Amino acid sequence: MSLAVNKDLDVKGLVDKVLEAYPEKSRKRRAKHINVLEAEAKDCGVKSNIKSIPGVMTIRGCAYAGSKGVVWGPIKDMIHISHGPVGCGYYSWSGRRNYYIGDTGVDSFGTMHFTSDFQEKDIVFGGDKKLHKVIEEINELFPLANGISIQSECPIGLIGDDIEAVARLKSAEIGKPIVPVRCEGFRGVSQSLGHHIANDCIRDWVFEKTSPVEGFESTPYDVTIIGDYNIGGDAWASRILLEEIGLRVIAQWSGDGTLAELENTPKAKVNLIHCYRSMNYIARHMEEKFNIPWVEYNFFGPSQIAESLRKIAALFDDKIKENAEKVIAKYQPMVDAVIAKYKTRLEGKKVMIYVGGLRPRHVVDAYHDLGMDIIGTGYEFAHNDDYQRTPHYVKEGTLIYDDVTAFELEKFVEELRPDLVASGIKEKYVFQKMGLPFRQMHSWDYSGPYHGYDGFAIFARDMDMAINNPVWNLTKAPF
Amino acid sequence: MSKPGLRQIAFYGKGGIGKSTTSQNTLAALVELQQKILIVGCDPKADSTRLILHAKAQDTVLHLAAEAGSVEDLELEDVVKIGYAGIKCVESGGPEPGVGCAGRGVITAINFLEENGAYDDVDYVSYDVLGDVVCGGFAMPIRENKAQEIYIVMSGEMMALYAANNIAKGILKYAHSGGVRLGGLICNERQTDKEIDLADALAKRLGSKLIHFVPRNNIVQHAELRRMTVIEYAPDSDQAQEYRALANKVHNNSGQGVIPTPITMEELEEMLMDFGIMKTEEQQLAELQAKEAAASA
Repeated sequence: MSLAVNKDLDVKGLVDKVLEAYPEKSRKRRAKHINVLEAEAKDCGVKSNIKSIPGVMTIRGCAYAGSKGVVWGPIKDMIHISHGPVGCGYYSWSGRRNYYIGDTGVDSFGTMHFTSDFQEKDIVFGGDKKLHKVIEEINELFPLANGISIQSECPIGLIGDDIEAVARLKSAEIGKPIVPVRCEGFRGVSQSLGHHIANDCIRDWVFEKTSPVEGFESTPYDVTIIGDYNIGGDAWASRILLEEIGLRVIAQWSGDGTLAELENTPKAKVNLIHCYRSMNYIARHMEEKFNIPWVEYNFFGPSQIAESLRKIAALFDDKIKENAEKVIAKYQPMVDAVIAKYKTRLEGKKVMIYVGGLRPRHVVDAYHDLGMDIIGTGYEFAHNDDYQRTPHYVKEGTLIYDDVTAFELEKFVEELRPDLVASGIKEKYVFQKMGLPFRQMHSWDYSGPYHGYDGFAIFARDMDMAINNPVWNLTKAPF
Repeated sequence: MSKPGLRQIAFYGKGGIGKSTTSQNTLAALVELQQKILIVGCDPKADSTRLILHAKAQDTVLHLAAEAGSVEDLELEDVVKIGYAGIKCVESGGPEPGVGCAGRGVITAINFLEENGAYDDVDYVSYDVLGDVVCGGFAMPIRENKAQEIYIVMSGEMMALYAANNIAKGILKYAHSGGVRLGGLICNERQTDKEIDLADALAKRLGSKLIHFVPRNNIVQHAELRRMTVIEYAPDSDQAQEYRALANKVHNNSGQGVIPTPITMEELEEMLMDFGIMKTEEQQLAELQAKEAAASA
């Protein structure tokens, strides 16, 4: 990490200046979440996974978003009930671009929206009766759904509905798994707790209660993809690489995934985990309970892809190792072509990233592969272990911001003047109106995939398209 | 529009203390002072108007609303019943024990009554609220523009005193944002030690007064068994006179409520010790030693 960014800037001074806007107490609290990365640091030196300060306009989501939106939602052959008033489900409907293959409304339900649509009487008298009815109707209208999950919205926890009892009873009645998830939005400090709760429910209500599909024949090369939500086809772009090196992917968690894949996962030889933040819990559980090792990998950008393919192959025999080298070599000309085309257009461009719990570090080397610099990055809902994994990727002098507020991010961007801001939909128009190129890094701005070699080509094109778009010549940045 | 000078009062107190009995008897007596009255029962058990209606549990606002779809589908006539001496009765109702949210039910029911003009042509609205102020919903009657005075029904029993103090805390919370005041304590005799003195002392500590001490009389039980107030069942009895006296005091107490000064649990226990009802640790130790000495002798 001899390289550095923000070299001629007083970034620490900038942080102090920005935080001056807060009252004393808030300033003290926020100061602990922001840092400038030092040389040879083992950690980013910021506090994380702590309650946001009221009034600051945090960019975080809630536990329901973490469970329904992230972990459970993409399981395509199950129906996920947004249990409670209509808003939570309606306004998050199709919010994530979890691609899947299947006939929507027949055997797959990913883009559909199911809710128990609580009315006042359901609050007063309890919603269990309605939940019974919803499950009956689902079972009748969608007989090919393989299971149901109940995603609790806030009122369920407030009025104390016994959704577990309903789940047990109705599951016995309809003969399909029904998973009650206590992911009420008021729980925890961000969507992160929702991921954890959702993981625990897979452990308790799938692994413990259902049995794997019969006739499953194991091979020595069975692996799973854990923590890939197939945004714009990411999991597919990853899967083909794993298959090309001779492995068999027996489950995708949870992008384009099925209940049967969840059930079969304990038969894997190794769990490959991409989104560590949202699914490390279940990987750790399987390690303890079923003795299945897990390994983190990163399929953003050719450097990380090659490193990850070698790391994964090292867990298998020489044939797989050879295959990995062959695959890396096979794609090298394509990588070279992409870099040759875009690097000259993107080299030296500065990027500031702010997204969820994994990508703020995982995508860094994809930018580096294109000759770009990350001058600031941070997570919405990361924990300490994520910040420990971050210095590996970013350079000395990088501004690190945890749970950044709308105000702080805007000020940091104004002062650091990146060439690209990579964040979410809530930030997009703020920065575009400032005259700055922007890419959404949750949804890939309706593009993708960005994983794998195929994804890298698209990623490079998209970044070039954003930064070098002639439209920016027609506007004047305010700084 | 509700009448100018509409009195809104509420009865709170520990569960089983006799809130509903006391309030219904008092309100029945108020009719004799030419007052038009509406009783709003805020208890899912819906038994706040039994003695006035001579029947258990009328159709409640929430049950009818649940059947019809929502409260918007209800008419006032569906839920207001007329009982003894023209007293209007409404029960909010609510879920069976252990499910749903009764507090939200109280909020829904009271809003419905207000919006639909239930308060328009009465002189008194009286809320009868269950046990303790357990959540925001059950505090609804003491919020802004609802009850002006709260009457706490209590007795000389430890837990009743404790509950009374807790309710005073609830009143204090809303006293500054709204106009709610503590009207006073009503002691329902349980024949505990120094009961009237204790009730009076607590009332003073709360910055309030003991409005009335209702003596224990089995005639209340006789009347209850016949689903009647004492005023109706035995209008000439001594007990009826007691309720009339209470009704008079309540009627003349308009605007004289106070912002209560609730005390801590420690202060409450000290008070009981001062009255010699609770023993100090030294006293308990001394007694224990005396006992052991007697046993070994």
